[in-house]
Amino acid sequence: MENKSGILTSLTINNNDYKLELLPWVSLLDMLRERLNLTGTKKGCDHGQCGACTVLCDGRRILSCLTLAVSKNGSEILTIEGIAAGSELHPLQKAFIENDAFQCGYCTPGQICSAIGMLQEGKAQTREEVKELMSGNLCRCGANVGIIDAIMQVKEGSGHE
Amino acid sequence: MNSFDYKKEITVDSAIKAVSADYKAMFLAGGTNIIDLWKYNLAHPEKLIDINDIAALSIIEQLDNDGIRLGALVKNAATAYDPLVEKHYPLLSKAILAGASAQIRNMATNGGNLLQRTRCYYFYDPDVPCSKRMPGSGCPAIKGRNRIHAVLGASEHCIAVFPSDMCVALAALEAVVNVVGPEGERNIPFSDFHRLPGHTPDLDNNLQQGEIVTSIDLPPGKFSKHYAYLKLRDRHSYAFALVSVAAAFEMEGSTISKARIALGGVAHKPWRVPEAEELLKGRKTTVENFALAADRILSGAIGRGDNDFKIPLAKRAIIRACEMALEPEMQIPGAGPSL
Repeated sequence: MENKSGILTSLTINNNDYKLELLPWVSLLDMLRERLNLTGTKKGCDHGQCGACTVLCDGRRILSCLTLAVSKNGSEILTIEGIAAGSELHPLQKAFIENDAFQCGYCTPGQICSAIGMLQEGKAQTREEVKELMSGNLCRCGANVGIIDAIMQVKEGSGHE
Repeated sequence: MNSFDYKKEITVDSAIKAVSADYKAMFLAGGTNIIDLWKYNLAHPEKLIDINDIAALSIIEQLDNDGIRLGALVKNAATAYDPLVEKHYPLLSKAILAGASAQIRNMATNGGNLLQRTRCYYFYDPDVPCSKRMPGSGCPAIKGRNRIHAVLGASEHCIAVFPSDMCVALAALEAVVNVVGPEGERNIPFSDFHRLPGHTPDLDNNLQQGEIVTSIDLPPGKFSKHYAYLKLRDRHSYAFALVSVAAAFEMEGSTISKARIALGGVAHKPWRVPEAEELLKGRKTTVENFALAADRILSGAIGRGDNDFKIPLAKRAIIRACEMALEPEMQIPGAGPSL
């Protein structure tokens, strides 16, 4: 792509403040991975069909592959790298381990960020509703039952602290 | 993919000015479709005008006529879960929640939902002709793989379908689309907003360059007691409709006093046949009457091979949605049965 000038963009990512000069067409996903080396957020389809790139933006789960980084000037972004409290894993991270909620692990960061957003939204009560509201995150290795088990465990507060 | 300039505009006037003066400029709202189309080399904006911070378009408000106004920049999720919408227009909530995924509904806007393009796989494939992508080049879907394609209102130039769920409910509710452009304001009845393909399948709707959707008005007729949105698709969730039906009634005792039925997944726009709705007026809620209306809605339907199944499927879906509308509390939120 030809040279165009960058746009100064302020972002808070995992509680760190950044001021970055960004080209307009750089996706939030590519910025996280290529510029900041935050490679926990995964590039699956890059077209909004798989959910692997899910991050939280101002508390809401979004797809970083379909988001222009410059359009999020002033926003707070939370990625999988930022959800643990120091060395203490997030309850969903623990629950994923306890419930064998991954084999290949590629969808896991997106699944966990999406689940954090879903639990904050507070719209899913039953297991069926959790499945419905997690359907934007595809798992292709057969761990989906474990993923829903893990989320239900955290939702019902039965996680081992 | 081409490179592009980017600018944020915070007023409707400045945004219109920026796009109407430059035919290679486009508005950027939620981005879930335009960024994807750009990545597929199907949209080539030279400038994206980011309208997300126009506060005036980001609210839902009660209207004096007892209807409500949905700001064009309100997110699909915020609309579906808005207390006014949930209470008064539950058909719209249901339809929105049947579409896309939670992440996309958090990003996508109401205005953008109306403007999304077809998911026809020939449209997405730059190596084949497509009159929607390249006017005059032909429609390979007509004699090709057309399982997902239109059975109503198509032309020899295009058999693509419009993919929205939200718009099927908006059609049934007779929403009005408010737009502003360089020439001033227009209020477009929902049935006139989207186009049939005809000779110009490259045009999805009747917006002009530089015009912006500012809001969508829902009229006082709410259909909040008897309604259903039934969506049939290849997997249980996060898939486009093969056939969907929005059905809504007003009842006087056990007699239908007003009916609305709109179909998704079968045409280049949400499909409504007001004469079929008239047929149900004053009738009882029997399967025979629903079948009568379904036959009227589907008269003139043409299958192209792979999509022949949509015609009998649509008939059964209409009947079932009408039955579901009688007992809306029996429906699972957000979910429809898989095929």
